[in-house]
Amino acid sequence: MSRANFLALGILFLLLGLWEAACRIMEIPLYILPPPSAIVRTAVLRAPLILPHALTTALEIICGIGLALAVAIPLAMGMFAYPWLEKALSPFLVASQAIPVFALAPLLVVWLGYGIAGKVLMAAIIIFFPITVSLLEGFKGCDREFRVLFRLMGAGFWQTMRLLYWPWALPHFFAGLRVGVTVATIGAVIGEWVGAQKGLGYLMIQANARLKVDLVFAVILWLSLMGLLLWFGVGWLEKKCICWKNNQ
Amino acid sequence: MLSVSGLTKVFDQQPVFSGLDLTVTRNRFAVLIGPSGCGKSTFFDVLTGVTPADAGQLSWQGEEVCHLGELAAYMHQKDLLLPWFSLLENSLLPARTGGGDLCQARSRALQLFSRLGLAGYEQHLPHQVSGGMRQRCALVRTLMFNRDLILLDEPLSALDAITRKSLQSLLLLLQNEFDRTLVMITHDVDEALLLADDLYLLSVKPMGVREKIVLHGDKPRRFDDPELLAMKDTILQKLQGDIDHVSR
Repeated sequence: MSRANFLALGILFLLLGLWEAACRIMEIPLYILPPPSAIVRTAVLRAPLILPHALTTALEIICGIGLALAVAIPLAMGMFAYPWLEKALSPFLVASQAIPVFALAPLLVVWLGYGIAGKVLMAAIIIFFPITVSLLEGFKGCDREFRVLFRLMGAGFWQTMRLLYWPWALPHFFAGLRVGVTVATIGAVIGEWVGAQKGLGYLMIQANARLKVDLVFAVILWLSLMGLLLWFGVGWLEKKCICWKNNQ
Repeated sequence: MLSVSGLTKVFDQQPVFSGLDLTVTRNRFAVLIGPSGCGKSTFFDVLTGVTPADAGQLSWQGEEVCHLGELAAYMHQKDLLLPWFSLLENSLLPARTGGGDLCQARSRALQLFSRLGLAGYEQHLPHQVSGGMRQRCALVRTLMFNRDLILLDEPLSALDAITRKSLQSLLLLLQNEFDRTLVMITHDVDEALLLADDLYLLSVKPMGVREKIVLHGDKPRRFDDPELLAMKDTILQKLQGDIDHVSR
C-alpha cells in the first residue's frame, strides 16, 4: 500500500474512532447522532430495504449519464466544428449552471411527474456541463502541427475527428466524466427529495420524518459507495480506452 | 520543377518575406538555410497553404497552384506520430485519409519498414521506441504520401548526433532511391552542406534568397573535405553579417 493510501486510511479511521468515542462517552441518543458502528450495522442489516431504492437511484443516475452524454458529445463536437455556435451557445450553457438545481426540481416534478424522468433530467443537467466543457477544451487543445499534418494528408473533418481529435480529447473527456458522475447522485437525490415514490432520496426523507437517523446515515453511506463505484468505474474505463497514455 | 515567384507575406505590417523568388529543379535536394526566426517556417506554412500568401505565384511542374498542400509530402522537426497508434498504423495514415487501397499500402509500408530498419517494430507504440526510430517511422509516413515533392521542416534538429547522421543517410536514400524532389529548411550549416545539391542562403527581415550555391561532388560528403570547410566558413560569415546588420 502506498504512503498516500496509508495516510488516507489512517485519517479515515481516526475520524471514525473519534466519532464513535464521542457518541459512546457523551451517550448521544441514536436519533440525534448514531455512532459509525450503528450506521454500518443498519446499512448491512437493512440492505433488503435499501437495495430496491438504491437500484432506482442507480437507474436514474445511469440514465442521467446516458442522457448527458447524448447531449454533451454532439454539442461539444458542434461547437468545435462551428466556433460561431460556441459563441452563440456559451452564455446559455453558463446560465444553465447558474440556476440552482433546487429551484428546478419542483418544476420538473410538475412537468414530468413522480416517476424517474424528472430525476434523470436533474442528473443530466448537472452532468452535461463538465462533460461538454472538458471535451470541447480537449478538442481545442490538439497541437497545431498535428492539425496541419492531417490537413496536408487531405483528411476530412470527420476523419480528423475520428483519428485525431477524439483520441486527443479522451483524457479531457474522462476528467469531465469523472466530475460529472460524482455529482450525478446530487441531481438524482434532490429530484427524489422533491417528489418520488422510490429511491434513496425518498427513503432518506421517510427515515428522517420518523427520526430513524441511523437509516438516514446508512442511506448516505450507500450513496457514497455508489459515488465511489462510479468514480472507479470511470477510472477503469479510462484506463481501458487510453492505455497508450498509461504506459507513457 | 517548383517555382516561387514574388511571394509575399506580411504580419502586423511587417513583411516576413516580400517578392521572394525561388526555383527548385526536379529531383534535386534544395536546402534553404538561414538563421532562426528569419521566416523559414512561415515560408513553409505559405507553401503548404496553412497560411495564405499576400501576393505571389506558385507553380509545380509548370502548373500554377494556390499552394502545395495536396501536392507535397511534409516532414516536421517533431515526428508527429500519434501515440495511440502503432508505428505501422501511423505510417498508414496518409493511405487511410487519402482513400487509397489499404492492403496495398500496408504491404508497401512493410517493405519500407524493412528498408529503413524498422522491421519487427511495426506493432510497437511510438513511446516504446527510440527518437531515431520514431523519426524513421515519420519518414516512412512521408514516403507513404506518394508525392514527388517533399518538404522537410528541420526534420533532424531534435535528434542526437548519431541518430542524425543515420537519418541524413536515409534522406539521401529518399532522394536517390525514391526519386523525389526535396526542399529542406534548416539553420544547421553542416547538415546543409552534407545534403544539399542546391543551397539557398536566406537573408533576414524580410527573408529573401540572398544567394544560390550549387554544390558538386558525390554524396555522402565528408565533413573534413577542405572545400566544404572553406564553404562553411564563408556561409557562416555571410549569415553572421546579415544578423549583425539587422541588429544594428
